Amino acid sequence: MGRIEHLHPAIEISGLTRYFGKVHAVDGIDLTIEKGGVYGILGPNGAGKTTLIRMLATLLHPSSGTARVLGHDIVSEAKAIRKLVSLTGQFASVDEDLTGLENLILLGRLFGYSFSQAKSRARELLDGFGLMDAAKRQVKTYSGGMRRRLDIAASLVVRPELIFLDEPTTGLDPRSRNQVWDIVRELVADGTTVLLTTQYLDEADQLARRIAVIDHGKVIAKGTPTELKHSVGTRVLRVHLRDEKQKAGAKDVISLIVNSEISDDTDPFQISLQVESTMQASHIISALSNAGLDVAGFSLGQPSLDEVFLALTGEPAGKEKDS
Amino acid sequence: MSRDIQTKTATKSPGEAKNSSIQSILSAGTRPKEANAFSASVTFGWRALLKIKHVPEQLFDVTAFPIMFTLLFTYLLGGAIAGSTGEYLQYLLPGILAQTVVMITVYTGVAVNNDIRKGVFDRFRSLPIWQPSVLVGALLGDAARYTLASSIVITLGMILGFRPEGGIPGVIMAVLLLLVFSFSLSWIWTAIGFIARSQESLFFLSFVILFPLTFASNIFVDPQTMPGWLEAFVEVNPVTFLVKAMRGLMHGAPEVEGIGVTLAISAGLVAVFGPLTMYLFRSKK
Ligand SMILES: Nc1ncnc2c1ncn2[C@@H]1O[C@H](COP(=O)(O)OP(=O)(O)OP(=O)(O)O)[C@@H](O)[C@H]1O
Ligand SMILES: [Mg+2]
Repeated sequence: MGRIEHLHPAIEISGLTRYFGKVHAVDGIDLTIEKGGVYGILGPNGAGKTTLIRMLATLLHPSSGTARVLGHDIVSEAKAIRKLVSLTGQFASVDEDLTGLENLILLGRLFGYSFSQAKSRARELLDGFGLMDAAKRQVKTYSGGMRRRLDIAASLVVRPELIFLDEPTTGLDPRSRNQVWDIVRELVADGTTVLLTTQYLDEADQLARRIAVIDHGKVIAKGTPTELKHSVGTRVLRVHLRDEKQKAGAKDVISLIVNSEISDDTDPFQISLQVESTMQASHIISALSNAGLDVAGFSLGQPSLDEVFLALTGEPAGKEKDS
Repeated sequence: MSRDIQTKTATKSPGEAKNSSIQSILSAGTRPKEANAFSASVTFGWRALLKIKHVPEQLFDVTAFPIMFTLLFTYLLGGAIAGSTGEYLQYLLPGILAQTVVMITVYTGVAVNNDIRKGVFDRFRSLPIWQPSVLVGALLGDAARYTLASSIVITLGMILGFRPEGGIPGVIMAVLLLLVFSFSLSWIWTAIGFIARSQESLFFLSFVILFPLTFASNIFVDPQTMPGWLEAFVEVNPVTFLVKAMRGLMHGAPEVEGIGVTLAISAGLVAVFGPLTMYLFRSKK
């Protein structure tokens, strides 16, 4: 923490709340986010991710509590924050009637570039984000992935110190999602701090250095992705047998190694169970083949958000509480 | 401080060349001094014009409506009301012009409402610019539409035989007065645009407000021919004052009372709905 720019954290949130009538969208969040890297906010639909981000981006006043972004108060020093951060909202925050080029020129002009500077900056961005071919097309003709890339490009017209990305990959196909991930990694490599919200543990795991899990407007867990997965304890091993008659035998072999519950898959060829480590998984696979059982294939998956939530809260993600 | 992006990119040290394209883009994004209130507003005005270019359908109301109305009323009612269509046109045209432009002020609210429902408003609001410039720019763009609509109506009128005695200066003054009034009226729609749940409810409201305002006025017939209760309403209708003033200006007999009242009403509208709109703008979600 010796470097000067590390004197204050990127974001300091204390006791932050936001109520919409009876809905406690954000319900008392305390969080400190250091500069550099990606910080992931993980939570199901309605957890309060967007509300939190909108408050931090100075678009929404808190009901109570305070937050400082890059050392500035989100209520009294909103303008200072707007000069330092960019927001890519959950829903395309570009003008769909205009072309990609026009959108970026518009923003360039608003940031104070002359028209020709704004135009060359727009071209640079379109080029870097692989959108040059679509530069002169209306954004409403763009695919979801293109729109997202343009949206992120629009946040980089001038270089922000901190960028908020609200569910940047929701609804994208795997290829587009990878493109967005690459962009995020490059942003980070360049020294930008990224606050990213997501519904996928997998995504947080891929990108984030630290994660906070929120639900019903509260932080229910935080730590590194590894810590979080450890707190869930396990990963899911799925074993696919070539012969369904061997299923019972396989279960017997496995139950000698682990005592976790073996779930009865609807697929008669498949067994799935929770394992504690990769080691244990490979142990199970070799024990199965040693016992002469025919393993057609297996996979070791990340716990899903649902499984994380089940482990953390004892109830499925986003379940309404009766209170 | 160099603000020239191209120079900045060109003078990059060779060590940076290994950076991927996105990183070099980032490092080129030096922040200039942000746009002032005026240039931000003009930039948003430019956006409104671009929208007209890309969605020319929105001009349909601006063009078809006035053409239809002018033709319909001149030939349908002209003979009955004024004895001849030519004579009636001299009376009707300033009013039709006012009606046309007053009717399309609702589109300001529609545009604001659209922006809010999409995410683009959030982005504008997260920029370090003078916040009201979004609205001022939209209103500037509207001024362009109002001017276009006015030109269409006047040109058509001239073709049909409209001969303003006030000449070109009179016509220009009348149009300017109309622009001032419409610009002020637009603030009502921006305010409603923030609250309205949908475009449909906006259009419904505009129907409820603008129809009585434009039809129960002196646009089509002299209020003295109306029953007393209606005449009483028409005499205090802001549109009546506007149309009186425009007729006066166009026909070379400026009507001080009409002009004065129109300007006062305009100032009043801005004084009330300007701050209200800004309040709604700031408190929006
Ligand atoms: N403007 C608003 N008025 C009323 N309720 C709201 C408003 N904005 C959000 N909420 C409520 O606050 C809660 C949190 O919403 P929020 O959009 O922050 O969740 P989220 O985590 O972003 O969800 P998602 O993954 O669906 O985007 C929800 O119950 C939502 O209905
Ligand atoms: Mg959200």
